[in-house]
Amino acid sequence: MSEERSFERTALDEILSHYEGQPGALIPVLQQAQDAYGYLPRPVIAAIAERLRLPAARIYGVATFYAQFHLKPRGRHIVRVCLGTACHVRGGERIAEQLAESLGVAVGGTTEDRLFTLEKVACLGACGLAPAMVVDGTTYGRLTPKAALNVIERYRREPAEVATQGGQAQDIGPSSQRGRSA
Amino acid sequence: MANRRIVLCAGTGCVSSGSLEVRDALVRELTKRNIADQFEVVTSGCHGFCEQGPLVIVHPEDILYCRVQAGDIPELVEEYLIGGRIVERLLYRDPVTGKSVSDHMKIGFYAKQMRNVLRNCGVIDPENIQEYVARQGYAGLRKGLAMDRMAVIDEVKRSGLRGRGGAGFPTGLKWEFTFKAKGDKKYIVCNADEGDPGAFMDRSVLEGDPHAVVEGMLVAGYAIGADEGYVYVRAEYPLAIKRLRVAIDQAVQYGYLGRNILGSGFSFTLKIKEGAGAFVCGEETALLASIMGERGMPRPRPPFPANAGLWGKPTCLNNVETFANIPLIMRQGGDEYAKIGTPRSKGTKVFALTGKINNTGLAEVPMGITMREIIFDIGGGIKDGKAFKAVQIGGPSGGCIPESLLDTPVDYDSLIKAGAMMGSGGLVVLDENTCMVDLARFFMDFVQSESCGKCPPCRVGTKLMLETLERICAGEGTLGDIDWLVELGTKVKAFSLCGLGQTAPNPVLTAIRYFREEYEAHVRDKTCPAGACTALVDFVVVPEKCKGCTRCIKVCPVSAITGKVKEVHHIDPAVCIRCGACLETCRFDAIIRGKAAKVGEVAS
Repeated sequence: MSEERSFERTALDEILSHYEGQPGALIPVLQQAQDAYGYLPRPVIAAIAERLRLPAARIYGVATFYAQFHLKPRGRHIVRVCLGTACHVRGGERIAEQLAESLGVAVGGTTEDRLFTLEKVACLGACGLAPAMVVDGTTYGRLTPKAALNVIERYRREPAEVATQGGQAQDIGPSSQRGRSA
Repeated sequence: MANRRIVLCAGTGCVSSGSLEVRDALVRELTKRNIADQFEVVTSGCHGFCEQGPLVIVHPEDILYCRVQAGDIPELVEEYLIGGRIVERLLYRDPVTGKSVSDHMKIGFYAKQMRNVLRNCGVIDPENIQEYVARQGYAGLRKGLAMDRMAVIDEVKRSGLRGRGGAGFPTGLKWEFTFKAKGDKKYIVCNADEGDPGAFMDRSVLEGDPHAVVEGMLVAGYAIGADEGYVYVRAEYPLAIKRLRVAIDQAVQYGYLGRNILGSGFSFTLKIKEGAGAFVCGEETALLASIMGERGMPRPRPPFPANAGLWGKPTCLNNVETFANIPLIMRQGGDEYAKIGTPRSKGTKVFALTGKINNTGLAEVPMGITMREIIFDIGGGIKDGKAFKAVQIGGPSGGCIPESLLDTPVDYDSLIKAGAMMGSGGLVVLDENTCMVDLARFFMDFVQSESCGKCPPCRVGTKLMLETLERICAGEGTLGDIDWLVELGTKVKAFSLCGLGQTAPNPVLTAIRYFREEYEAHVRDKTCPAGACTALVDFVVVPEKCKGCTRCIKVCPVSAITGKVKEVHHIDPAVCIRCGACLETCRFDAIIRGKAAKVGEVAS
């Protein structure tokens, strides 16, 4: 990940060349810039403002309006705990609390070693698997606080390997028993 | 030539339960045994029965196996695919009768459904346009293109279709307004910003049958005279975005999208816009602002998008499920479509069933069915044999429906009368352990943080309502707070600028209307009858169940638990911080939420 002062411009230039002149380009540009840099550092926003001929204030206005954009660096793994209705009534808050405690960060925070960022999300649409969470795009469902911690531990130990595996929460926690309908 | 077809569900739910590993294991096993050519292995979109995933259906006999894991594959292949003996332990087991069911259309969950919009979901490979076309795909478009524009609109008007996004505005009328609006350029926009927590039908349609949405948008584009369309879809739905992208590419390749479609002279292009995470963007004017790269804030209407939408041009905006109904209406005609439903609500509605219910998943039912049929026949009743309390319909904009109203028919108008609304179709079932005050607080917390802040009734009103609810949950409420919530909620509804604020008080107002005694218990008796509000409950030890194993003593972070080995332990409510660690760790269910003074009276 680039440091603020010496960010690598090639990626941004490519994105900007693709969108320059298109109406309504700001949000896709911010989305792709964030994909490239992990977050939206100040110089990136300044460069976008210049190229799209928009006041930086307007870009900050948009970037701070949407939950998706981040102005601060984030962790290597993004842990998003679902707190939608179904997850709420099935104990999602306890999962979030347990993870916050064990990672030592508040929801929305990043661990000091920048390995994990813990976030909450209003609904993943995976209500059938409630309570659920997503780590780097992989959904883990039917969680218990302990099963959630086990998932985190796997990412801590072997980040590269886990990333390529499927999201089977069943085989790593107490929820592992084949819970055929009672 | 393959003579049997094995369909594996690859919707978000089943994928995270491991369906892709199951597919790989199946293909490996079939190859190993040299019988791969006898079977066609297909991954489909969402079947709707997420609770039981990963799902495997074997055709032509239509047998459904549930919760199949990669490790089950050798047995499934050996016993069933080769031996023809059904693998009993992988069949669905009826939660009420305990009997196993092999024919999946006989399972209660599917039997009462009417799968019209979802007819392809879980049947076809959504990434293969040929499978869609083979099931009359794009036949509706073909028919529409041969008709006069106004005749297409008339067909939709005759069908009685109303917007499936929540408010229920007649779709044909909206098309007519946009058709008649003056403008050299018009747009079609599909609202796939399914933000209601607890709703996932649009996601499933996009994942399972993306071409139906593309076809619906094309028909709309032709009818109103638009040549460009956008699908605004939540970034939280990566699989839906991917499938939609594949569908659009294939439709272009086959000549259903692009210039001079099917030789008709009609041209249409379709783009995807990913949402950036703002619930208010489900509101149409906010959504349009977001597509244009602005903050997603609503504006007063009129002018309506039909006259001044994207970049000031006439724009027709419909929801995913609304568009997915269009091919059907075009194929069978509006009159035929209108035979299903109630006088003022036609067709079917897809509901996402979640919460404390046995069969979580997606269910499509005819309008007018009762809520009782949905919850008890399709949903299989309440989890763990608990008692039904209420069902929350329409998420944070809707309301709760108590037991006494379970037999009202489900349609737009009956639900409004009950104080709820159809919303997008999320149904969250609540049992005796769900606290209505806590749930109202949860929804208010959600809408308060999602309020865009433009108009004061919503910005300030939801904050005040949230603070009042938090006070009540913490045991610091007064009886006056309840009336104050009703007064405030009524005003927020009346004076807010957009749908978010106008509906935000619904969960609170309906909860007070139907469960006032529960609110009163919180403020007067300082108890939470459901045992959910932690500030109002104590964690207590059930003496008959406690084995004195000391596990809870070890995990208690504040040493609130005392007791010796093999003696009944005791939790001191004055020291306890109600973190629940003891309840979590106890192996004998000996710790329950209740009132310290009344041990033994509270059911676990």
